[in-house]
Amino acid sequence: MLNLEHLSKTYADGTRALSDINLSVRESEIVALIGGSGCGKTTLLRLIAGLDRASAGAIRLDGTTITEPDAAIGIVFQEPRLLPWLTVTDNIAFGLDGVGAAERRERVGHALAKVGLSEHADRWPRDLSGGQQQRVAIARAFVTNPKVLLLDEPFSALDAFTRASLHEHLLGLWEETRPTVVLVTHDVQEAVTLADRAVVMQPKPGRIFDELPLSLARPRDKSGPSFDSAVRRVLAALDQSLQTQHAPKREQDRQAAALWW
Amino acid sequence: MTGQASGRAAGDAWSSPEGAAALAAPHSAEKRRAVDLRVLLGLFLPVAIALIWEGIVSIGWAQGRLVPPPSRIVATLWGLSETGELWTHVWATLWRVAAGFAIGAAAGIVLGALSGASDTIRRLLDPTLQALRAIPSIAWVPLFILWLGIFEASKVALIAVGVFFPVYLGIAGAILSVDRKLVEVGRVFRLSRFKLARRILLPAVLPEAVIALRSGLGLGFMFVVAAEFMGASEGLGYLLVDGQQMGKPDQILAAIIAFALLGKLADSLLMLGTKPLVRWQDTVRERL
Ligand SMILES: Nc1ncnc2c1ncn2[C@@H]1O[C@H](COP(=O)(O)OP(=O)(O)OP(=O)(O)O)[C@@H](O)[C@H]1O
Ligand SMILES: [Mg+2]
Repeated sequence: MLNLEHLSKTYADGTRALSDINLSVRESEIVALIGGSGCGKTTLLRLIAGLDRASAGAIRLDGTTITEPDAAIGIVFQEPRLLPWLTVTDNIAFGLDGVGAAERRERVGHALAKVGLSEHADRWPRDLSGGQQQRVAIARAFVTNPKVLLLDEPFSALDAFTRASLHEHLLGLWEETRPTVVLVTHDVQEAVTLADRAVVMQPKPGRIFDELPLSLARPRDKSGPSFDSAVRRVLAALDQSLQTQHAPKREQDRQAAALWW
Repeated sequence: MTGQASGRAAGDAWSSPEGAAALAAPHSAEKRRAVDLRVLLGLFLPVAIALIWEGIVSIGWAQGRLVPPPSRIVATLWGLSETGELWTHVWATLWRVAAGFAIGAAAGIVLGALSGASDTIRRLLDPTLQALRAIPSIAWVPLFILWLGIFEASKVALIAVGVFFPVYLGIAGAILSVDRKLVEVGRVFRLSRFKLARRILLPAVLPEAVIALRSGLGLGFMFVVAAEFMGASEGLGYLLVDGQQMGKPDQILAAIIAFALLGKLADSLLMLGTKPLVRWQDTVRERL
């Protein structure tokens, strides 16, 4: 169980990136964070990963407070961030330092097969396509069997076909150990394809606007009516979040106009 | 999906003349030959000038006393190597460069790494070193001679000073410019400070470190000449001074050629030795 309690983050320059975030994520649940640019999604993931400190509030994973990187929490960044001097195999094995050589080879080989890159095992990252690099990054995070996996728009730079196949690779890996997943995305389809729950965020300061359960059966049929209605529900919530955000502004404008007269 | 992708690639290739040509194997072989020919083009000018000068001197239009023709330079070089004199000088010079390079590079790597890794050490060291760097290195010569005598020690010290600065600056700069995003990957996997240095910082700075070492080596060869000018009884620099004093331009040119070959050889050895370390690099250098 991952708990975020009254989490706030104000950057050194005074930017209020997050304010009073409360969220509980069940074990093995997949949560999608959706929201416009700059509403603090990356900030939230970095806090959970222990890369930054919260200004207020706490993050608890099964009761223990998270303040720095933890073995139970893995993250895939928006860019692949592979180490260019390591081959694909060694990149995936990067976090398996304490594991015996035989087991390491086994786990890396399995992860490579799962993301469909077995024949690229000995290549350099520079020789891979963008989608292949992103798959290596996902395998690198999965191979350490984290309890919580954080994904920051991992597919946003890819075309629709590649994205769909990566969704399958991701769900395939997820099926094996069923980690808790927090996925940041701009793509409503992606959220409905992967997540059990969509959390819609609002900017300035970053906060949670709404939570929508997406209790569809897996594997999900993207052409079915329940899929469509789920997509429409999330889109409506997103729309509403943008409107309520702009409403006060319009109100202000009207007041300003009134004063001018 | 892959089938579709490759289909699209082939489609693109056929739709443009260059793409279609690229699919035809013979073209690339042809292109390689064309590149070889263009390399030869670079040789054309020096070879032509040498041949023309050779011809002018052998016809007797010019004496070639101050500017000896290539044949006389080669003969001088050959003569020096026959008597073994050349090799004494080459070894003397090489030994000095090697010793100075080893000392200067080691000091540059250690201090550069310290000042790149720790903010405190950088604030402590860097201003002093930058101030020292502003002094033209040759200006140290009188002091080194007073301190270390006129023999090897002062020469090696001068070369070491010349090598030190580019290496120090290169290493410190490389560490400071390591991608913060890659360091974060290390933090996510909870590497200790030492492991972070070994598994992320070290490999990340290697390419720039190699470049720093190369420019250090180049300066080493520059400073060995200066060191040997100030009174040496052997070394290629001594051959230069001797040639000037005895009025033997062919000996001077022979020594210059020996310097060029030696410098290129040392640089190539350094490149060859460090190539496995930076094999992963995504640059055009391997094509050069
Ligand atoms: N290091 C930082 N220092 C100061 N402000 C920052 C810093 N990082 C982010 N911010 C600010 O915090 C806010 C939230 O940023 P964040 O990167 O979390 O947004 P995001 O939701 O991930 O956006 P996107 O969808 O564009 O990636 C933004 O207003 C941003 O300008
Ligand atoms: Mg972001």
